[in-house]
Amino acid sequence: MKLNWFKYAAPATFYPLAGKLIPWFALSAAVLMIAGLYLGFFVAPTDFQQGESYRIIFIHVPAAWMSMFIYIVMAGWAAAGLIFNTRLSSMMASALAPTGALFTFIALWTGALWGKPTWGAWWVWDARLTSELILLFLYLGFLALHASIDDPRRADRAGAVLALVGVVNVPIIYFSVKWWNTLHQGASVSMTMAPKMAATMLLGMLVMALACWMYSIAAALARVRCIILEREQQAEWIANLAKEPT
Amino acid sequence: MMQTLRYMISRDVLLAMRRRADVATTLFFFVIVASLFPLGVGPEPKLLRAMAPGILWVSALLASMLSLGRLFAADYADGSLEQLVLAPDPLAVVVIGKVMAHWLVSGLPLVLISPVIALQFDLPAAAIVTLLLALLLGTPLLSLIGAIGAALTVGVRGGGVLVSLLVLPLYVPVLIFGAGAVDASASGLDAGGHLSILGALLLLGMVLAPWATAAALRISLE
Repeated sequence: MKLNWFKYAAPATFYPLAGKLIPWFALSAAVLMIAGLYLGFFVAPTDFQQGESYRIIFIHVPAAWMSMFIYIVMAGWAAAGLIFNTRLSSMMASALAPTGALFTFIALWTGALWGKPTWGAWWVWDARLTSELILLFLYLGFLALHASIDDPRRADRAGAVLALVGVVNVPIIYFSVKWWNTLHQGASVSMTMAPKMAATMLLGMLVMALACWMYSIAAALARVRCIILEREQQAEWIANLAKEPT
Repeated sequence: MMQTLRYMISRDVLLAMRRRADVATTLFFFVIVASLFPLGVGPEPKLLRAMAPGILWVSALLASMLSLGRLFAADYADGSLEQLVLAPDPLAVVVIGKVMAHWLVSGLPLVLISPVIALQFDLPAAAIVTLLLALLLGTPLLSLIGAIGAALTVGVRGGGVLVSLLVLPLYVPVLIFGAGAVDASASGLDAGGHLSILGALLLLGMVLAPWATAAALRISLE
């Protein structure tokens, strides 16, 4: 039996596959999120240093992890689209970008909400916050570049080059910001939790991270379906879809 | 290859010299922006001395960014960019030539006038020397990174502001190490570490940026 590895590289075959997969990912995201939030809000113990306000990490940390992970995945798909000249890979990169930017924003926002009761400030120029802010700018730059080029294929390729330059830069930016921050260590704020995290806290964070991952996949698949419909408007298979009785 | 490089540099410098106003405006922008900050934060000398490295570097960054439009726009408008891309010479070498010419015309004047501006902020002499070195290492890097952004947005509407959004996050490491070097010098510490990393970033940029710029140019011109 010969396997066609690239069967789903065509928008026409991927579209129905994505449609079938979305409910599963959405459902697992919902279930995991309920489980994770339950773990985080009701099961995990009170932190001896920060009291109850630490519980926002169950949203903040998974969002931050996803923001970085999605950027790498997005750059990967963009690279695939650039190298193999496949439309669908670039569409996937464009579909991932808004979700990644959203998670970056959530991470920054929840970080601020956490910072106010614990450090007394909405924002500090800590290395991680600053790197996350710059990551948001990288996402916004990718989205802006895509939006400003009319020809979709040219937009795809230009965005891919930008995403790849960004992905090479992310470690450099992170390292330089960390250097900058340690040299300018002025405020005596402690960023880390108590070194050994209670097992339930860690478990809650991991479950929430998994939930966010499932959500990201579902959202990206749904978005890529919209992008496919927009870009492949002239295709016959879409016209046939419209004619099908629902 | 050296011939291509020499030709590109001399061509671009000659073209820039024919429009000296463009070049001068970048320089004056740097001076004006650096002078705006004291007007904004007040004339207190200690504050200005503390803020000077950052102010000078941000002004240099912004001036560099504004001059990026000139890198490919004129050649794109009259079709010579397309001919350069089609030429048998390696596009990366052409790009290096253009970037070097751009630096000679936009970056080097900034470096040369920076001691004068630094005096306005009452930076100590050691810090001014470090500033010169840091800008000498940093401004070519700014031109190299900026070239990627300029190549991606050739002929795109909303060009100028879009380039800023693309390129400023990538400028951040240069800013951090450049300003950090001057800051260290002003505090009496050794700036060798910062300058070394800046040099390393410059080498990395010299190798990778022309390649990325060439790829971006090919994408923009198809």
